Amino acid sequence: MKNDPGVYEYWPYIDRPKLTWPEGKSIAFWVSPNIENYEFQPPPNPNRMAMPRPLPDVIHYSHRDYGNRAGFWRMLEAMDQYDVRGSVSLNVATLDHHPEVIEACKDRNWEFFSHGIYNTRYLYGMNEAQERAYIEDVIESIQKHTGQRVAGSLTPAITHTEQSIQLLAEYDFTYVCDLFHDHQPTPLTVPKGKMISVPYSIEMNDFTLFNGARVTPRQFRDLQKAFFDRLLEEADEQGSVMCIPTHPFLIGQPFRVDAFAEALEYITGHKEVWVTTSREIADYYFEHHYDNAVETIAAHKQEYGPKTSGRGAS
Amino acid sequence: MSLPDDYIRYPHRRYGIDNDRYDWSILPRRDPVEWPGGAKVALWIVPMLEYFSLDAPQKPFVAPGGSTTPYPDVRNYSARDFGSRVGAFRVFKALDKRSLKASVAFNSQVAERYPFLMHEVTRRGWEVMAHGVDMGKLHHGEVDIGTERGYVQESVSVLRKISGQPVTGWISPARSESMNTLDLVAAEGIEYVADWVNDDMPFPLKTSSGKIHSMPHTHEISDQHIILHMNQTECEFTEQVCDHFNVLYREAETQGGRIMTLTIHPWCTGQPHRIKMLEDVLDHIMGHDDVWSATGMEILAAFKG
Repeated sequence: MKNDPGVYEYWPYIDRPKLTWPEGKSIAFWVSPNIENYEFQPPPNPNRMAMPRPLPDVIHYSHRDYGNRAGFWRMLEAMDQYDVRGSVSLNVATLDHHPEVIEACKDRNWEFFSHGIYNTRYLYGMNEAQERAYIEDVIESIQKHTGQRVAGSLTPAITHTEQSIQLLAEYDFTYVCDLFHDHQPTPLTVPKGKMISVPYSIEMNDFTLFNGARVTPRQFRDLQKAFFDRLLEEADEQGSVMCIPTHPFLIGQPFRVDAFAEALEYITGHKEVWVTTSREIADYYFEHHYDNAVETIAAHKQEYGPKTSGRGAS
Repeated sequence: MSLPDDYIRYPHRRYGIDNDRYDWSILPRRDPVEWPGGAKVALWIVPMLEYFSLDAPQKPFVAPGGSTTPYPDVRNYSARDFGSRVGAFRVFKALDKRSLKASVAFNSQVAERYPFLMHEVTRRGWEVMAHGVDMGKLHHGEVDIGTERGYVQESVSVLRKISGQPVTGWISPARSESMNTLDLVAAEGIEYVADWVNDDMPFPLKTSSGKIHSMPHTHEISDQHIILHMNQTECEFTEQVCDHFNVLYREAETQGGRIMTLTIHPWCTGQPHRIKMLEDVLDHIMGHDDVWSATGMEILAAFKG
C-alpha cells in the first residue's frame, strides 16, 4: 500500500497566482448530475456490499431507479429554468438502458464524463488488465452513443485502485473529479499525458448532505448559498470553482426540487459567476493556467518541500 | 481481494430495466391520468399498524423501529405497541375531523391480538391492507419460498377473516421483498403492492399469476423516515411534506392527476407532541381545491380507468 495517492503536491491556498475565468469571472460554477444505474442483482465484490439488505433490496434498488424514471426530468426542468448545462457523471450502462435520458442531455449540449459502468461495479480488487478493459469499454461506449471522446472521470461509486488515475491519463483522459483537496484545478503528476483535477465536491454533494448529514432540502439550499457566498467574498483575492453534484433520485424528489432550483437561481444570478461545464473548466485551465501552475508548484516544492526522502510513493 | 473476469461482464446491459418485473417508462411522458371529479391530487393516507414481536430475529436485518438492544428489548417493544393502544386513536381522530379516508396496513398479528382496532377501522369504511404477519417475519432473499408462502397466506387469510374485506393491497414488513414475494402475494389475490419507490404513479408489475400494480409510496417523506431516520424535527416534517404536495399539485396542472401518499406510523406520529405535524399537513393539503381523499383500491380503479 502507498501512504499518498502520489498524484499531486502540497500547494497551500495562499499567495497563489490569481485564477481567473473568461471575461474576468471569478467563480466557475458547474452542476454535475450523477446519472446512475444500480443493478437488480449486482455480483458480489468481496471488498464492498452493493446493497445493505439481502438481494433483491427493493427499497434501495427502486429508490435509485426513481432517478431515471421521474427525478431526472424534474431536475432537468430546474436546470433549464436557469440555463445550467449539466456535466454528467455517467454510469455508462445508462447509454444502453435509458437512451431517452441521454438524448435529453445531448439535446442540451451537456458534457458526459465517466462514472464507471454501473454504480454497483466497484474498482476495488481489479487487476490492471480488468481495469484497462473497463476503461476501454467506457471510452468506446460514450463515443458510440454521444459522439464525445470522454475526457473526464469520477470512478464508479468513487472506488479506486492504486493505479486508477494514472491509467486514465494513459488513455488520454485529461481531468478527474474525485480529488477533493482544493477549490481550484490542480495539475496532476501522471506517467503519460497531461491531467488535472477539476473540483467536484464531496461536501456539497446532495448524497452527502441528504444521506450523510441528513439535512432538509431548505438546509441544503442554504448551505449551497453559504458555500457560494464565502467564495464570492474571497473573489477579490482568488478565483475558484464551485460544483453542486446531484443525484436525480434524491434532488428530483418533489419535496426537494424547488430548494435546488432556488440555489441555482441565487448562484447564477451573480455577475461574478461563469456558469459552465467540467470540460470547459479543464480546457480553459489548460490553456491559461496550467503551465504557470506547474512552475509555481515546482518552485514551492523546491523552496518549502520536505528535505528528506521517503514521504509518499511518487 | 481480486475479482473474477465475470465482474466486468454485464449480462443485463440492454435497453430498459435490468429485471423482468416491470417496463421502463418515463413519468412526464405518459398520458395524463384523470381522477374522479377532475381532482388534481389523490390523497392516499396509509396508517401502518405494526407488531414488533419481542422475539424478532436480529438478522439479516431489523425492521426500522425494531429492536436495538439485547433480548428482551422491552423498550422498543412497548414504544411501538404504543401505536396500537394510543397513537392510532389520535391519528384516526385527526382524519375523522377532516372527513378523510385511509387504507390501513395491518400486520395480521395486530388484528389477531387487537380485534378492537380492526373494528375501529372497518366501521369507518376504510380499506384494510395486508402488511405481513409481524415486523419480525420479514420477506427477503434468504427466506425459503415455503416459509414465505406461509407468511403471505397467514397474513392475508387472517386479515380477510377478521375484517370481512377482500384485502387486495399489500405492503411487506420493512418494505422488503424476496425474488418470490410478488408471485406469492399475487397468487393470494393481491392486486397492488406498495413496497417500490421508483415512481410517483402506479405501474404494472408482472407476476406468475398475472399483472398486479405497484402503488407509489415514497419512503423518504414518511414520519418514521424523517423523524427517526433523518432525525429531523416535527416542523421540518410538516415543511417537507407540504413542499412535496405543492410540487405534485403544480405538476398536476400540466401532467395530469398525481398521488400524494402519506405514510403514518401511529407509534411515531401518534405522540402528543407530534400529532400536530400531521394535522398541519392535512390542513395544508385540504386547503386546496381538487384534492380527492381515497383508498388504494379506489385510486387504482380510477387509474386503470
